[in-house]
Amino acid sequence: MSLLRVEELHVEVDGKPILAGIDLEVDAGEVHAVMGPNGSGKSTFANVLAGRPGYDVVRGSMRVDGEDVTELAPEERSLRGLFLAFQYPIEIPGVSNMEFLKAAVDAHALGRGEDPPSAIDFVRHAREAASRLELNPDFLKRGVNDGFSGGEKKRNEILQMLILEPRLAVLDETDSGLDIDALQVVANGINAFRGDGNAVVLVTHYQRLLNYVVPDHVHVLADGRIVHSGDRSLALELEERGYGWLGA
Amino acid sequence: MSERSNELTDLVGEEHAATGHDYAAGFVTEIDTDTLPPGLDEDVVRAISAKKAEPAWMTEWRLDAFRRWQEMPTPRWAHVQFPDIDFQGISYFSAPKGDAPKSLDEVDPELLRTYEKLGIPLHERARLAGVEAEDEEAPQVAVDAVFDSVSVATTFKERLAEAGVVFCSMSEAIQEHPELVRKYLGSVVPKPDNFYAALNSAVFSDGSFVYVPKNTRCPMELSTYFRINAENTGQFERTLIIADEGAYVSYLEGCTAPMRDDNQLHAAVVELVALEDAEIKYSTVQNWYPGDAEGNGGIYNFVTKRGTCLGDRSKISWTQVETGSAITWKYPSVMLRGADSVGEFYSVALTRNFQQADTGTKMTHIGPRTKSTIVSKGISAGRSQNSYRGRVRMNPGAKGARNYTQCDSLLIGDTCGAHTFPYIESKLSTAVVEHEATTSKVSDEQLFLCQQRGIDPEKAVAMIVNGFCRDVFRTLPMEFAVEAAKLLEVSLEGAVG
Ligand SMILES: Nc1ncnc2c1ncn2[C@@H]1O[C@H](COP(=O)(O)OP(=O)(O)OP(=O)(O)O)[C@@H](O)[C@H]1O
Ligand SMILES: [Mg+2]
Repeated sequence: MSLLRVEELHVEVDGKPILAGIDLEVDAGEVHAVMGPNGSGKSTFANVLAGRPGYDVVRGSMRVDGEDVTELAPEERSLRGLFLAFQYPIEIPGVSNMEFLKAAVDAHALGRGEDPPSAIDFVRHAREAASRLELNPDFLKRGVNDGFSGGEKKRNEILQMLILEPRLAVLDETDSGLDIDALQVVANGINAFRGDGNAVVLVTHYQRLLNYVVPDHVHVLADGRIVHSGDRSLALELEERGYGWLGA
Repeated sequence: MSERSNELTDLVGEEHAATGHDYAAGFVTEIDTDTLPPGLDEDVVRAISAKKAEPAWMTEWRLDAFRRWQEMPTPRWAHVQFPDIDFQGISYFSAPKGDAPKSLDEVDPELLRTYEKLGIPLHERARLAGVEAEDEEAPQVAVDAVFDSVSVATTFKERLAEAGVVFCSMSEAIQEHPELVRKYLGSVVPKPDNFYAALNSAVFSDGSFVYVPKNTRCPMELSTYFRINAENTGQFERTLIIADEGAYVSYLEGCTAPMRDDNQLHAAVVELVALEDAEIKYSTVQNWYPGDAEGNGGIYNFVTKRGTCLGDRSKISWTQVETGSAITWKYPSVMLRGADSVGEFYSVALTRNFQQADTGTKMTHIGPRTKSTIVSKGISAGRSQNSYRGRVRMNPGAKGARNYTQCDSLLIGDTCGAHTFPYIESKLSTAVVEHEATTSKVSDEQLFLCQQRGIDPEKAVAMIVNGFCRDVFRTLPMEFAVEAAKLLEVSLEGAVG
């Protein structure tokens, strides 16, 4: 059974059709890259997977481990292992990163019918993950994304992914705005996360990240549909030739 | 209004509140009472005084207040709306029947159960709700319990007496410490100060009295728990706290009332006096019944609270967490007379449904180098209106005085309102007045981020509100900070689930 199975997905925003029939299957252990021109619907796809309000599924379905999640609330999808790293992470001033992460981890534990971890175990785990991403432990005390630089916000998304250990991580342009070293750090984080039991969907504009996180499949999204799929060589070809030759 | 914001409005509990399930303190205690019939004239004032066997000077004091009150018009300046109050339709005295209990053993078990249910045990061994009984480190708290018009019990009196601290009901203080009461009662809030203060001075029935002697640190937190139970009764309590030179006291006030369809009036007066080097910390967790989702019923909370920093280097600090009442009209204030004295005001006011709050503070700088800090956090949801009204005045003698004001509003949904009315009066070039204000909204994006990480929207709102209030909560004694956070969470609980 596929980890993620998207069929014939049609999505509208404010009555305007954005996604026009997407089919995608992702198996455990795989990395899929989704590329495509600006405005082609990549973020829409990522958001609709996560159940963002305002994105209306007018046709089609999404299944995670065989379960239809199309009608589930965002938090229910999260508890089933769906994680979205936002293209533009927003701030929650006044709520510390640590508090926020603990609330998330507790919710996941309760969702699995387990006791939430002790504060001490949690803090240790969070510090460890932060240091793996070369984030100063002080970041955990600051408000969620509050005053973070663009690159810090992106690393913070990966930190949340490492701590929540989702089944499926959808990373929406997590590589954009990262300096060369930070890109390496984030890539290492993603590679450390990869495993037989999970999968990653990388939305990206650049071949660069794919040099570090090697994808099994590459898809091109244009006008709300997947117009072309291939292996990692497709990404290299796109880098050279752009999207025009695909009729996108 | 967006669909999403509608959801948000639901979330903070319109329908839910209609069933009243979210106001746990809304029960009524069945108990025989001795209640005066509704109405107010000089005879009623005399009757209240007589019931308490007060000395003649006290009766005269009340009558003087009553005569002044009759001359005064009802104030209309606050940013709140309500129908005229029929002052002849209210009963001004209600007390559980029987003689005042001499000790805790004599208190009616029904009353003990009432306070137990509210999480305020009146046994001296027990700690406040939420604090584990075995925890020897947990600070003990002395409680004065005021039920309708009278104080029904005061705990830890003996231990406090060993330290020289007087903590008793106002009725008892009038009998036992007339020299202190005569000297300070009305010295901070004069009888004709305002309409409700004058009314209170005429008919106040009970309240708490605290005196902390020179160079004494009060050995425990003091607290008064006010409970309105009787129907159609006003509660007019009077609190007076005096910290003598070099003394320190921390005091907490809590309040609840049953759910009733009629509005009930609560018009208290609190006076604080801090002498040289003394410090008074006064915290309030106000959870009077706010009324139902349609705006029916609830308490009108019209309160005058003021402290005076009489001595040099004295300090008065007000912290309030206001979640209840249909209408709140309240400005805990400090008169900074002593040189280098300090006034603080930390406030969290949460309104939802049709609640209206007009609250803030007045800091009057009189002495040189006096300092005041104001931190106000207003949270509005539903169709509520939440106003901050503050006045900072620098008198000519207040050379080198400073004020810092921070006023933050958080909106939940699209149908509520937040308003800020800061007044600054300063003719002094050496005074520094700083004011900062922000308005923010719990955004759909923030909620979605939380949900995406598995946190349900109700918890997410509570977490965001809590973060917003942190600067104020950290000024509360620890166990009350936990209570306050829980209270906010319960107040925000809504239709979801
Ligand atoms: N809330 C919205 N309201 C109106 N239009 C929207 C909304 N969200 C997305 N769209 C439109 O849908 C289309 C796809 O947007 P989307 O953000 O999914 O593109 P993208 O492929 O992620 O682009 P980029 O590479 O620039 O991030 C765009 O035309 C965009 O304007
Ligand atoms: Mg995008």
